[in-house]
Amino acid sequence: MSHSSPASSEISFVQHHDDGTFKKTVRKVTIILSVVTIIELLCGLAIFKLGHGSHMAVLMIKGLVTILSLAKAFYITSYFMHLGDEIRNFIMTIIVPLLLFVWFIAAFLIDGSSWRELKNTAAGSKPATEQVEKAVAPGDKK
Amino acid sequence: MSSAAIPAGTKWWSGGKSPFNLSYGKMMMWYFLMSDAFTFGAFLIAYGTTRFSANYWPDPNHVFDSAPFIHGGAPLVFVSIMTFILIVSSVTMVLAVHEGHNMNRKGVEKYMLWTILGGLAFLGCQAWEWTHLLTGDNPVLVNGEIVEMATTVKVNPWGEVVPGMMHNGHQVTTPGPVAFGGFFFGITGFHGFHVLSGVVINIIMYIKTRLGHFDQRGHYEMIEKAGLYWHFVDLVWVFVFLCFYLI
Repeated sequence: MSHSSPASSEISFVQHHDDGTFKKTVRKVTIILSVVTIIELLCGLAIFKLGHGSHMAVLMIKGLVTILSLAKAFYITSYFMHLGDEIRNFIMTIIVPLLLFVWFIAAFLIDGSSWRELKNTAAGSKPATEQVEKAVAPGDKK
Repeated sequence: MSSAAIPAGTKWWSGGKSPFNLSYGKMMMWYFLMSDAFTFGAFLIAYGTTRFSANYWPDPNHVFDSAPFIHGGAPLVFVSIMTFILIVSSVTMVLAVHEGHNMNRKGVEKYMLWTILGGLAFLGCQAWEWTHLLTGDNPVLVNGEIVEMATTVKVNPWGEVVPGMMHNGHQVTTPGPVAFGGFFFGITGFHGFHVLSGVVINIIMYIKTRLGHFDQRGHYEMIEKAGLYWHFVDLVWVFVFLCFYLI
């Protein structure tokens, strides 16, 4: 069984794995993804059992589940989508823009909780206390 | 993760070669997927912001606690089935791409069919879940009266529990935050639409394989591109699963 030639003349070399290594990698990644998913489900069950009783513990488990999801994302892109087999420059053009998410998530979630805190204050529940701009008389503008 | 070993003396910028060692089509598929990741990211972060700004948010273990033939009390059961269906269909897609590298048409056909079947199974599960939520009737206390309420984009019955009040064996609640249904149906709908288009793309690829188009072309790169899209759909589900069902 012959391996393919490059799909396009633009490609200098073909990255290919022989059947044995390929099967081993696929099996390994499938097992990792399944096990991580099962751990995630157990965490979900733990959150359910803990309920709202222990806030800190629930928060820690939610953090753990988030990290596990990122690990799954890494395995899917790196092995199933073969991003790990591409050359470094290309990997960077995908990964570096995604770093925007770090700011994106932090900024918007902080904004959300600040909104909640404002709503819970006396000022937040009274729209009348908002500053209203003074009317500007015509010709008064500088 | 290992970067490919680059043969000595490779001149990337002398023209006629891709500096990324990728065909134009495959590279652009990656950039499309990156932009799609930002779209999904924006939706999920909007959901996060709204959720962080609310004093009360429904507990997913309470909302999604049913499966076919199981009426309540079984959180995470149905969604874990959906998740495993998608993981398995991702694995069969990897196998289809590999068979394509080996120029094995029969193998590609077989694994494409399994992948299509996985996609359809997932869509079926989602249809069941949507139907279950949209046709549910949960007792909710509105203006001192108990009304039966389903989960829609306008209302949802997943508010705070009214202590000690029961109705036909169900705990009575107050109406939940309005945004809940909109975000849930909007984001899972957008993902489900991606799954649907992925299934359509995979069916087209299956037909083209059957017709021998890729054998004539001399390579199965189209299967790889369809595969990238399909894995991306699985990848998005990892985060939809995380944001709506787990945390």
